[in-house]
Order: sequence, then C-alpha cells, then structure tokens
Amino acid sequence: MMQPPIETELLSSELPDIEAPHGALPEAVVQGRSPYQLAWLRLRRDRVAMVSAGTIIFVILLALLAPLIAHLTGHGVNEQFHHIGETPDGAPKGPNHIFWLGTDDQGRDLLVRAAYGARVSLLAGLIASAVAVVVGTVVGLSAGYLGRAIDTVLSRIMDIVLSLPYLLFAIALVAIVGPSLKIAIAVIAFFSWASVARIVRGQVLTLREREFVEAARSLGASSRRIMFVDVLPNVLAQIVVLASLLIPSAIVFEATLSFLGLGVPPPTPSWGNMISGSENYYEAWWFLLVPSLLLLITTLAFNLFGDAVRDAFDPRGEMLGNRGKE
Amino acid sequence: MTRFLVRRIALGVLVLWVISMLVFVMFFVAPQDVAHTIAGKNATPQTVAAVKRTLGLNLPIPTQYWHFLVRCLHGNLGQSYYTQVSVNSLIKSRLPATLSVMAGAAVIWMLLGVTNGVISAIRPRTVADRSLTAFSLFFYSLPTFVLGLAMLNVFFYQLHTHGLPNLPASGYVPLTQDPYQWFLHMILPWVTLALLLAATYTRLTRGSMLDVLGEDYIRTARAKGLSERRVVLRHGLRSALTPIVTQFGIDLGTLVGNLVVTETVFGISGIGKLSIDSITNGDLPVIIGVVLVASAAVVVMNIVVDIGYAVLDPRVRLN
Amino acid sequence: MTAQSDQPGPSEDVLLRISDVRKYFPIRSGSLFRRDAGSVRAVDGVSLEVRRGETLGLVGETGCGKSTLARCITRLYDLTSGSVVFDGQDISTLNAREMRPVRSNVQMIFQDPYGSLNPRRRVGSIIGDPFAIHGTASGADRKRQVQELMELVGLNPEHYNRFPAEFSGGQRQRIGVARALALRPKLIVCDEPVSALDVSIQAQVINLLADLQREFNLTYIFIAHDLSVVRHVSDRVAVMYLGKVVELSAADDLYEHPRHPYTGALLSAVPIADPDLSDSRERIILVGDVPSPTNPPSGCRFHPRCPKARHRCVEDDPALEPQFVDPADHTAACHFPVADGEDLAAARPQLAAADRADDAVDPDLSVLHGSES
Repeated sequence: MMQPPIETELLSSELPDIEAPHGALPEAVVQGRSPYQLAWLRLRRDRVAMVSAGTIIFVILLALLAPLIAHLTGHGVNEQFHHIGETPDGAPKGPNHIFWLGTDDQGRDLLVRAAYGARVSLLAGLIASAVAVVVGTVVGLSAGYLGRAIDTVLSRIMDIVLSLPYLLFAIALVAIVGPSLKIAIAVIAFFSWASVARIVRGQVLTLREREFVEAARSLGASSRRIMFVDVLPNVLAQIVVLASLLIPSAIVFEATLSFLGLGVPPPTPSWGNMISGSENYYEAWWFLLVPSLLLLITTLAFNLFGDAVRDAFDPRGEMLGNRGKE
Repeated sequence: MTRFLVRRIALGVLVLWVISMLVFVMFFVAPQDVAHTIAGKNATPQTVAAVKRTLGLNLPIPTQYWHFLVRCLHGNLGQSYYTQVSVNSLIKSRLPATLSVMAGAAVIWMLLGVTNGVISAIRPRTVADRSLTAFSLFFYSLPTFVLGLAMLNVFFYQLHTHGLPNLPASGYVPLTQDPYQWFLHMILPWVTLALLLAATYTRLTRGSMLDVLGEDYIRTARAKGLSERRVVLRHGLRSALTPIVTQFGIDLGTLVGNLVVTETVFGISGIGKLSIDSITNGDLPVIIGVVLVASAAVVVMNIVVDIGYAVLDPRVRLN
Repeated sequence: MTAQSDQPGPSEDVLLRISDVRKYFPIRSGSLFRRDAGSVRAVDGVSLEVRRGETLGLVGETGCGKSTLARCITRLYDLTSGSVVFDGQDISTLNAREMRPVRSNVQMIFQDPYGSLNPRRRVGSIIGDPFAIHGTASGADRKRQVQELMELVGLNPEHYNRFPAEFSGGQRQRIGVARALALRPKLIVCDEPVSALDVSIQAQVINLLADLQREFNLTYIFIAHDLSVVRHVSDRVAVMYLGKVVELSAADDLYEHPRHPYTGALLSAVPIADPDLSDSRERIILVGDVPSPTNPPSGCRFHPRCPKARHRCVEDDPALEPQFVDPADHTAACHFPVADGEDLAAARPQLAAADRADDAVDPDLSVLHGSES
C-alpha cells in the first residue's frame, strides 16, 4: 500500500487556482472551442477569404440556376440562333440586349452555355477531389499507421502514380475509352489521390509515435479504430486544406481535357470546350473571354480560399510545408 | 552513395516496368476491338482475324506482353498505322521542337521564379512582395490554354489588326534553318509556359529564402560585415535552392502535360502535338510510343534530379 | 505493508510474474534491401514478481529500459523472448484479439500529460474510450460513468465537453488516471506519471493514486527516475541498469542498505532537504555515459562506470542474489557488494589496461555524470 498522503495543505493554499478540482477558476460559460471553431472565427475575419467564398458561391449559384437562366432568356443551351445570333457571314455576335454575353460560332447564347458549363466544371472538380481525398486519406492512413509491408507497397504505388506524366496518360486513356465526363472524373481522381496520400502518410508517421496512440492501444482499440478515431481528427485540418487546393486543379484538369476534345463531348457545354471553340475567332473576344474569365475567377477563388483556410488553421505556418506564406 | 544510387535506379526501373504494364493493359487488353479499330469499320471478319494474327492478338496475354516488352527494350516502338513511318523516327523528328520549347521556357521560368522569390523574401510584406505574390497566384490559377490563347490574341491578333509589328501565331522553324525566326516563333510559347510555372517557384523560393534568412549562420555572415548582396546570394540562396531542385523534378511530369497543351495552342509540331494528332487519327502505336518515351524521360530525369540533389545535400542519402 | 490478513497463500499472492523478458529492437537500414545491423537490447532478461495490492517501484536512468519493460508488460510491444504471466494466464503470446479482455485488467498511465491525450478530442470522449472500445456502456450511461470517474479523480464533471488543451498539466494527468481506471483494472502500470509535472502538483497526483489504490485494491508498477518519489510510494523497488535489474528489495531496506554500487550512486544523488546533512554526505559521481545498449559491456554491465570494478566484473555477469545477511527478498547482482557504512566515494576501480580497452570509455572524453533527479 502507499504511504500516507504528503502534506499538501500548504501547497494547495499557495496555489489554489491551479489544481483545485472543482474549478476555483471563475466558472465562466466558456464552452470548449474546438480547433475548427477557432479556425472558422479566423476565417470569418479574413477579407480575402470572404471575397473568395462569395465568388465560389456565385459560381455555384450560376451552375444551380442554369436552367432558370435558360428559361428567363428563352434560349436553350444547345439552341442555335442562325438569324439573330450570328453575323451575316456566320461569325459570333458580340454582347447585346438579346444575348447579354454574346453568342458563339454556332449562334448559341454564351450566357446560358457558360452557366451550364459551370455545372460540368464544378461537378468534375468537386467529385474528383472528393474521391481523391477519400482514397488518398484511407491509403495514407493505412500506409502510415499499419507500416511494414503495407507501407512499402502503398508507398511504391504512390511513387509510381506521382511519377507518371498524368495528362499524357489521361489523353491516352480517353483515346481508348472515348471521351465522357465520367471518364474525365475518374482519370482526374486517379491521378490526384497519391499526393493526398503522401501528405497524410507523412503526418500519420509522426502521429503514430505519440503517446495518445499508445494509450488507445493499451485500451485494446483496434487498428481501424485508432486510425479513424484517434489519428484522423489530427490530420483533418490538413485534409480540408488539401481538398480546397485540389478542387481548382481538378477543375483546370477537366477544362484542359475538354479543351483538347477529350473531356465532355460537345454539344454539352463545358468551359474547356467553349474556349477550344473560340480558337479560330480572334475578333470575337467575348467568345474567349467569357469562359476564360469564369474559369480563372473560379480557380483563383478556390486557390485563395484554400490558402486562407490553411492560414486559419495554422496562423504560424507550421503545417504542410506552408512555405509560400509567413 | 552507391547504395542510394542502386536503390534510386531500382525504383526507376520498377516504375518503368509498371508503366509498360499499364500501357499494355490499356491498349491491348482492355479494348476488345483493337483489331476492329485497326482494320477499319467495313472490314470483313477475315480481315479482322488477319490483323489479329499480325498483331499477335491471338496469343495468350502474358506471351503478348512478353513480345511487347522485348520489342520495347530493343528500342522498337512499331509503325504508325496512319503514315506507315516508324514511331521511332516520328518521335525523333518531332523532338527538336519539343526540346526547344522546354529548354527556353525552363531557363525563363527558373530565372523569373527565383528572382521574384528572392525579391519577395528580402522585403517581406512590402508592396513589392505583395504584388509579386498576387502576380504568381494569378498565373498559378490560370490554365495553360487560357493564357496561351490570350497571348495569341494580344501579341498576334491585336497587334496585327492595328498594323503593328507582331509575333508569329504558330508553327515551328528549326533552329538550324533560321535562328532568328526560330527565336521569334518560340517567344510566345516560352513566355506562356514560363509565366505559369514560375509562379510555383516564386512561392517556393520566397518561403525557403525566408526560412534560410532566419538562420543563425546568416546572422553570423551579416555580423562579419559581409555585404547584404553577398549574404543573400552566396549564403542564403545557395541553401534555399535545394527544395527548388526537388520541385523541378516533381514538375517534369506536369511539364509534359503543359507541353501537349502549349504545342496544340501554338501549332508547334512537337511530340505533344504528335500525341494529340495521333489520337484524332486513332494511331495507336504512336500514342503508345509517345506515352512510353515521355514516361521514360520523366523517370530518368527524376533520377538525375534526385542524384543531383543527393550530391548537393548529403542528408538525403541517408533516407 | 503487503501483509494483509485476508490474503491467501503465497502462490496466489502474485498478480504478475515476468520471467526472463527480453526486448531487442532490430536496427535496420535500407528499405528495399533490408539487412540487420545489430539490435538495441532495451530489456535483456528481466524477471520480476508483482504481488497483489502492492506497489513495485522501478527506477533507473533514462534509457535503462524501464519504459520498454512497461510496454512489454502491457503488451504494447511484442516480447523478443520470455513470458509475462498475469493472474495465472500467460499473456506474452496472445494476439491482439485475445489481449482485449486482458487489457481491461492491465492499464497504463503515461508520462507525458500533453502527449497522452488526443488534442482533437473532447475529454468526455477520451475518458469514455474504454467503455466504447469494450462496449460496456454507451449513450447516457457512458456519460454518467465518465462524469463519475471525473468526479472520482477530482475533475469537474461539467468540463466533460472541454478539450485537453484547456486543462493544466496536473488536471491532464488526472484525465489519464480516470481513463486508466475506467474499466476497474487490477494492475496499473504508471510510466513516470509525475515526472513531467511541477513538484507541487506531483504530490497531489501521487496522493490521488494512493487514495485510488486503497479504494479499489489496485496493484501498481510505478516507474520513475526520481528515487525520492519511488521511495515514498513503493513497497518494493527494483533498480534497472542497461536492460537488467541490478537490485531488488523492500523499499526501506534498499534505501538503508544499498548493495549495488549503482544503487548507492543513485541514492547519493537524491537531494536531501537538510543542508547540514547534505553537506556531510559525499556524492558519488559516476564516470562516463551510459554505454550503448546495442553493444553492452561484457560481464557486469556497470563495470566501466563502477568505482569498485575488478577484473572479475569484466568477465563474469553476476547473478541477482541476496548479499551478506540480507533477507531473501533483498537481492543484488554484484560480485563486490557495498557493505553498510562503506565509503563508495573513496573507492577506485582496479582494472587491468586490457579490461579498460574493451570498454571503450575514453577517460579524457568521459563526462561527469551524476544521476538525474
């Protein structure tokens, strides 16, 4: 048995606030603020982040409301207006009161097509990133936590995927299977998960050595429980940041495939194939400008927002090789 | 060092082997109608069977793969269905254009990226720093083809319609034929690629310079009374360059994709354009050849970069 | 202290028996072509018994293998060899699934109150983990049990939803105690539970552990590098050096009659509150660093640093056995044990030059190395 208690009266009278069990600390209504709540508060104060978020919401609304826009203008997405929508020699018409953003080479309304194009871009960006993040997280967690042969095999696979010239492979793959949005999304996800997995793995390798993981093991927790209940919450912030930076690159990837004629097959509009269509109409500046500008503000907004999320989670710049920032 | 070399090369060989498998599965196993595609839409079953026999498609798949691998290892990439020219010579004839675009762009983007990064890092949070950061983020977010088309519109079409001297819109003039025209035709592709890729390097250089400039030995160098210029360039930039070298290796894979787009936009008949053209023509051997050669090039370049990195920084060798 | 009237016979008296436990960590190099480059012998043949209801102290310098031994007992590590028998069951070869029921009986309190609590999870769910993992309570029932535990260890149950970062070091260690206690284990391995705390807080946590031991009839293995803490809490103490137990005894006997020169040196480093006494006492300064456990010295592992080393110490590994007229439960592994009243500070090793060369301790480079405390 242990010996009788050490004299603590003196100590506790000197330090009443530190250890007194029943909160000699003023019992304010301080609810525990999770790191996510703190990050959210910081994000709310970041003006760039709020502007980017507004832009993202605008693009999402544009995509959601595309049928409404088509209805209000009375212009179908693939409807060709040869008389009012084209110059006499068949070239696109500039912005006017009927076609607010002008028409394309086939006399179709650019506003309506751009709105429908937003659907493709966002769909591809969001779904491909989501798949890549989920797969990358699971693979990274498994490789980092389970270690040994599993880590060796998974890491080699990551190395291989990362060292493939991905656009070329994507092009080749699409050439065989034939272009479609589904294939584009699959290809983008396939070439994006590895970078997520590599970063998650690196984080997990350090987390695995922490005592709270040992504590969970000593309680008899299964590997799966430790990976998802104990380790995952500690890499979630990094994953959120990765996801918000992955979305714009997935959007650009899809647009590039569509530009090369390997993404969404026409006449379905996507910003990529719209830009591709403008290639031979230098004088119709709006034809290039409308989809390009939308693509640019979307990716820029996501990139700026991603940076802001990273800063909000990590104001001192310690995580994720946050090298581009103070 | 030898152990590092052996391991690094072993990994490279592994990657190449997996790529060969992937390509084989993609092109020969997955689509059931390769022979149909080749024989044409109106081919009789006899023709299709004949094509199958010539391609060896009637053999068991492992045997087919073995033949494919042996052929590739002998450096024989087959013949174009479309032009009947050997893929090797096709790629060889397109190589100078691609290399011209790549090399010139690389020089510009490294200079631009590192210079901007250093300027940002020695004056953090100033107007110069903030505008350079905004500048890089802008180009970082810009898709290659958008920038390329915008460049064409401004420096070719707008100048041209206003009767001003303008840059050529497209095409490639070999360096050996006319160096001046070669240079003129290269300016737009170079600048396009360089602006896009410099962004990453500006951000990277800035970050790693900021880290390095905070180190004790930089303070010591300053305390010794060295000129600021010498401190920044000789002591600072030298150590800050290692992550930049790594990034260069990583970017090679990305660069291949950018080259495909750039060559398409500017109508340069390099390897990238070759791959797109052969897809349009359904010219499988050429696509396979280009994918294999480009992958091999990326893998080999990555090994070279890693070895260079290991020579520069002994810590890398240990792990 | 261990003699309780209701205790059954001596054989059932033992809750944990570990026999010749060894834990070697292989040093590997390369990833593609693995090759063994020796191993770190963190624990190298330790046998101990822990009796029901007692506290066994385990002391030694950092790196002597005491934490590794703790993780072998709780099976966080697989043993290289040897056996761990807990409550009559050999647990050294059980797989993860078979270990689960045992885990509710063997718990651990960790050293670092900052590292051992998941910073991203609320205290309630951390303490509730044992219930969730073993499926013994859920929902409102779990919350009630967790809050009872919080109350028991002196935490405010209303702080159920807070994050670990909102607690002080001592409070965090209480959270760790609550978690270890949740499943009402029989044995708790305390791995330096107070080393990371302020001295003033240490006493409170130790008193908490003592109270809980009395209330729940717990058995402790209490690890520390601080002998004064160990003396206070332990019934018996085992002193470890470089992966081996060098002396094992009832606590008071050990402190009054240290037999191993290493124990003597450790004791001389314990600060004494009385300045007069402190001045009169000679500190024994050990020469050199702790040798590498990858390639431990021959014979007695302590001989390169031992003030009493002789030629025999280099060749012969001494067995753990009673010395002089000590009781049977006071054992020490030494060829030339310290007699009562002997002045260790005056002792000088007598080793041949050949013996020294083996030890690779360069006298010029040797650092004066007292025991940390």
